[in-house]
Amino acid sequence: MSQKKQSLAYIISASSVGTLIEWYDFYIFGSLATVLSTKFFPTDNPTAAFLNTLATFAAGFVVRPFGALVFGRLGDLIGRKYTFMVTLMLMGGATFAIGLVPSYATIGGWAPFLVLTLRLLQGLALGGEYGGAATYVAEHSPAERRGFFTSWIQTTATVGLVISLGVIMLTRSTMSKEAFDDYGWRIPFLLSIVMVGLSFLIRRNMEESPMFEKAKKEGTTSTNPLKESFGNKLNLKFVLLALFGATMGQGLVWYTGQFYAQTFLLKICNLDDIQTNTILVIGLLLGTPLFIFFGALSDKIGRKGIMLAGMAIAVFAYRPIFDKMYQTVSVKNKEVVAGSEKIEETRALNTKSTVDSLVTVTTTRTYTDGATYKKVSKLVILADKTAEAPKADVKETITINDSDKWTLIGMVFLLISFVTMAYGPIAAFLVELFPTKIRYTSMSLPYHIGNGIFGGLMPAIATFLVTTAKDANKTAEEAGQAATYAKPYLEGLNYPIALVTVCVIIGFIYIKGDKKHA
Amino acid sequence: MNAIKKILGLIWIALGVSAGIYLIYFQAVPLWEKGGNDLVPAIIYTFVLAPLISIGMSVFGYYSVTGEFDNV
Repeated sequence: MSQKKQSLAYIISASSVGTLIEWYDFYIFGSLATVLSTKFFPTDNPTAAFLNTLATFAAGFVVRPFGALVFGRLGDLIGRKYTFMVTLMLMGGATFAIGLVPSYATIGGWAPFLVLTLRLLQGLALGGEYGGAATYVAEHSPAERRGFFTSWIQTTATVGLVISLGVIMLTRSTMSKEAFDDYGWRIPFLLSIVMVGLSFLIRRNMEESPMFEKAKKEGTTSTNPLKESFGNKLNLKFVLLALFGATMGQGLVWYTGQFYAQTFLLKICNLDDIQTNTILVIGLLLGTPLFIFFGALSDKIGRKGIMLAGMAIAVFAYRPIFDKMYQTVSVKNKEVVAGSEKIEETRALNTKSTVDSLVTVTTTRTYTDGATYKKVSKLVILADKTAEAPKADVKETITINDSDKWTLIGMVFLLISFVTMAYGPIAAFLVELFPTKIRYTSMSLPYHIGNGIFGGLMPAIATFLVTTAKDANKTAEEAGQAATYAKPYLEGLNYPIALVTVCVIIGFIYIKGDKKHA
Repeated sequence: MNAIKKILGLIWIALGVSAGIYLIYFQAVPLWEKGGNDLVPAIIYTFVLAPLISIGMSVFGYYSVTGEFDNV
């Protein structure tokens, strides 16, 4: 293979498959956060356990820029190919190992420590992967079609998310819920080693990037890419411009339209998890071809206009779209079938005590449009009446009819279309901003700060803002005052809307919109 | 456009500093005091978002004011 020029199709496939698997590995953790929280953290406080799991999930995002620095530097010193072979092995190994970590019940405090360490390794690996893959494909592509060819890399994050959801749903469908909660959740993690192995076999025959080889022959590679990237004002200003004028907004649009859409439907609308994931998978699959479309379009009309248009439309469309999603699921807009409400109460000894009781109240209702509502409230009644009674653990689940499902799929598709506009051309944009000798380092950092930090933390921050707004309304209600927030479920969108607006302004004014690219 | 960039540079510096103060003083500090589950957003605001936005935007604004983005 080294004697023959590799086809661009092979190069794109080899790069994309590996990147896709790395995204799958990274997202499987978040997709299974609810189950992981019961395995690796003490279960006496389910909310704290879930938040600890979210924090561990978030830690993987926060560490991505450090991975960008470490592996970006390596990629600019020794080459793109070998560096992203290392990131592939690191990610695959860390993901596989998560599937093997014994539970908290077995090894105590070592469990969360090990999971956190492996999650950090995942983040480091991902920090090095994307910049390498995008740079590698871009440096093989003809300049006038760079947007089209790099857009295939841009599909991998979304497709990786779809595959992670698909693998989880498939695994769950082959066993009972109890079996999945017991050991089935490990399967998606363990599968990673097979996928990474395949990707390794594909990638090991890849040749180095021609631009990097040329730079190496001419002696124009960098001896200190970190210093040249960030210690040099001439380049640092472009790193900051890439971050505040492009990737900050793009990262927020990406995570709002995909991950937060899932969190919003599950946690705020209380939609059934299988329906949520099905809606998301269909919406994502329908929207994925648009990455290629907008990437190719950017070759004709320029990158800046499409990216900023996607972000600007998102700023105005987010509140109406998420409001529509909420109202579609909300049972307040539906009519109860007369006589359909059932309330069942069971009492048992609390499994964690020999004297306390657990009272479970299950309320179900059916609606005229076919929707169903289920509320399970678990309350521990303490034998010691002088002790402070714990709060009830309440879980609500709503299922909707097919027509409403397609409405939600349509809303998710709209959100994905903004993602494809902002993200489709951005790989080519970032590559074209920086010279070959420091490209891997320079483009990776703003990308992973914009996506990993601003975007990756978005679901957690937004959920927190919604909870705060709901609590404020509850306090006002208890004080006999009017609600502070008319639509508390939309308050989480303030974070992405504010920052994306700043990004659009900076991008519009500071980024040049030439069609011709270097 | 270069004149606009210089004026905007001052705005970015002000925005960066204001965002840092808002995130730490008005958002993070009350969360640190409450503790418990609120420590997760407190950590994110204090150690990640506030430094990133305030330092990053301020440096970006400084470059804008000093003409580094003129004719770029």
